[in-house]
Amino acid sequence: MRNATATPALPLGDDALILSHRLGEWAGNAPVLEEEVALANIALDLLGQARVLLSLAGDEDELAYLREERQFRNLQLVEQPNGDFAHTIARQLYFSTYQELLFEHLATTESELAPLAAKAVKEVAYHRDHAHQWTLRLGDGTDESRVRMQRALDALWRFTGEMFEPVEGLETVPWPALHDSWATRITHTLEQATLTIPDGPRRGGWTAGTGRQGLHTESFGRMLAEMQHLHRSHPGATW
Amino acid sequence: MTTIAPEDTAREAVFDATVAADERIEPRDWMPDAYRSTLVRQIAQHAHSEIIGMQPEANWITRAPSLRRKAILMAKVQDEAGHGLYLYSAAETLGTSRDELLDKLHSGRQKYSSIFNYPTLTWADVGAIGWLVDGAAITNQVPLCRCSYGPYARAMVRVCKEESFHQRQGYELLLALSRGTEAQHAMAQDAVNRWWWPSLMMFGPPDDESSHSAQSMAWKIKRHSNDELRQRFVDICVPQAEALGLSLPDPDLTWNDERGHWDFGPIDWTEFREVLKGNGPCNAQRINRRRQAHEEGAWVREAAAAHAAKHGKATR
Repeated sequence: MRNATATPALPLGDDALILSHRLGEWAGNAPVLEEEVALANIALDLLGQARVLLSLAGDEDELAYLREERQFRNLQLVEQPNGDFAHTIARQLYFSTYQELLFEHLATTESELAPLAAKAVKEVAYHRDHAHQWTLRLGDGTDESRVRMQRALDALWRFTGEMFEPVEGLETVPWPALHDSWATRITHTLEQATLTIPDGPRRGGWTAGTGRQGLHTESFGRMLAEMQHLHRSHPGATW
Repeated sequence: MTTIAPEDTAREAVFDATVAADERIEPRDWMPDAYRSTLVRQIAQHAHSEIIGMQPEANWITRAPSLRRKAILMAKVQDEAGHGLYLYSAAETLGTSRDELLDKLHSGRQKYSSIFNYPTLTWADVGAIGWLVDGAAITNQVPLCRCSYGPYARAMVRVCKEESFHQRQGYELLLALSRGTEAQHAMAQDAVNRWWWPSLMMFGPPDDESSHSAQSMAWKIKRHSNDELRQRFVDICVPQAEALGLSLPDPDLTWNDERGHWDFGPIDWTEFREVLKGNGPCNAQRINRRRQAHEEGAWVREAAAAHAAKHGKATR
């Protein structure tokens, strides 16, 4: 395996890979048939991005299936369990808003990621819009949906700070400006949805690090165990 | 009590002539009540099979052994949701809503294909479902592209195109396993051993026991008998199994020169009837999971409806 940590394709590829996997867990469980199609669509777009990005960093399957938990560089946000539909939507709103802004920026740079970013930003705009529309429906729907949506936004808020910490190899990204645009867009969506902007801390109180440094949350190990089990059970096999 | 009005006799004559001329019946055309209810039953069962059929395959999405295979499998399961959507829409053109049909599925008043009551125990089962189950479905469904009811026929054209892609991916998946390591080959053979007979049962009971067949053939909803389609499927599969380097679990499979077809052994119809009655390995699991997803999603659907009502627009 090449020294994969040298390229920013790895952390961004891991984000897409892991969120795609979580969304794939919805298959057969979505609240309405249209959402089976929509969630699978987003999962497939992200998996497509992950395959391009991981291939820039090395062999896609070796990277996905043979790394240990501490070698993954994805945000902790994307590995969070699906929870109810509101949690899935809140996670997507936070992440897709971030990813759209980041890819919009990368598309204008000389980075090796520019072609992928330029192509993917169109897909990501749809992902963000999907999450935005559902945030409006759930926030301004019934009493129950409002409570659930607010709870989800609050619960995931602590994973939003790490998105704007510098990433090795992405030194040209204006992180503070990206953060401000992100906050503006999220505020706009939540206000329109008659929801409250969470005001808790933006990261956990434990200062050891974040997903970008390979430090993950407990559910991530189980997710990887399931994802990697079959591949690892047949060393060297081709599929 | 109703009497047959003269205009009904005239309309029935138009209907009969349309069917006889191999033209399509469209939603606004007059049709006999029994034709309508037969179609609703069949389309609903087909739609339900698509959405229940997502479960055994989705069972492997999170464990797919390569990213390429994972992408293919996710796309396939997504296609099935899409097929469910077209088919429920086709049923809506006959005046039956999706909600009503889902209620009937959840309460056990309507059925789905019994094949999905078998478990997917290994990765190779994903391949066997594609090759055999989707293969059998295509054999059944290609003639439906010429079904007398327009919306169903048109939905089936698209469904069949996608199903043929599904069948090829299943075949290709099994080929990779069959040519892979010893353990992979054994996994593929085991899956084919388990899925072969249930796939043959997908064509339904033998012709002399099939309760709906004769009328459906007369209405050109159905074009070929269960036994004809089953034979066609066996004839297609035997050389494919050979090309795969896998055997089919039937010692009686022999080429019959006189008939120009493969002879095959007797089907265990007791098993078929038991699974149909609800005693298959996964009947309760599949329907419970479907009900649970529906119940857990109720608050989401209610929120969407409430939001649409407040803002004066359709839910979707």
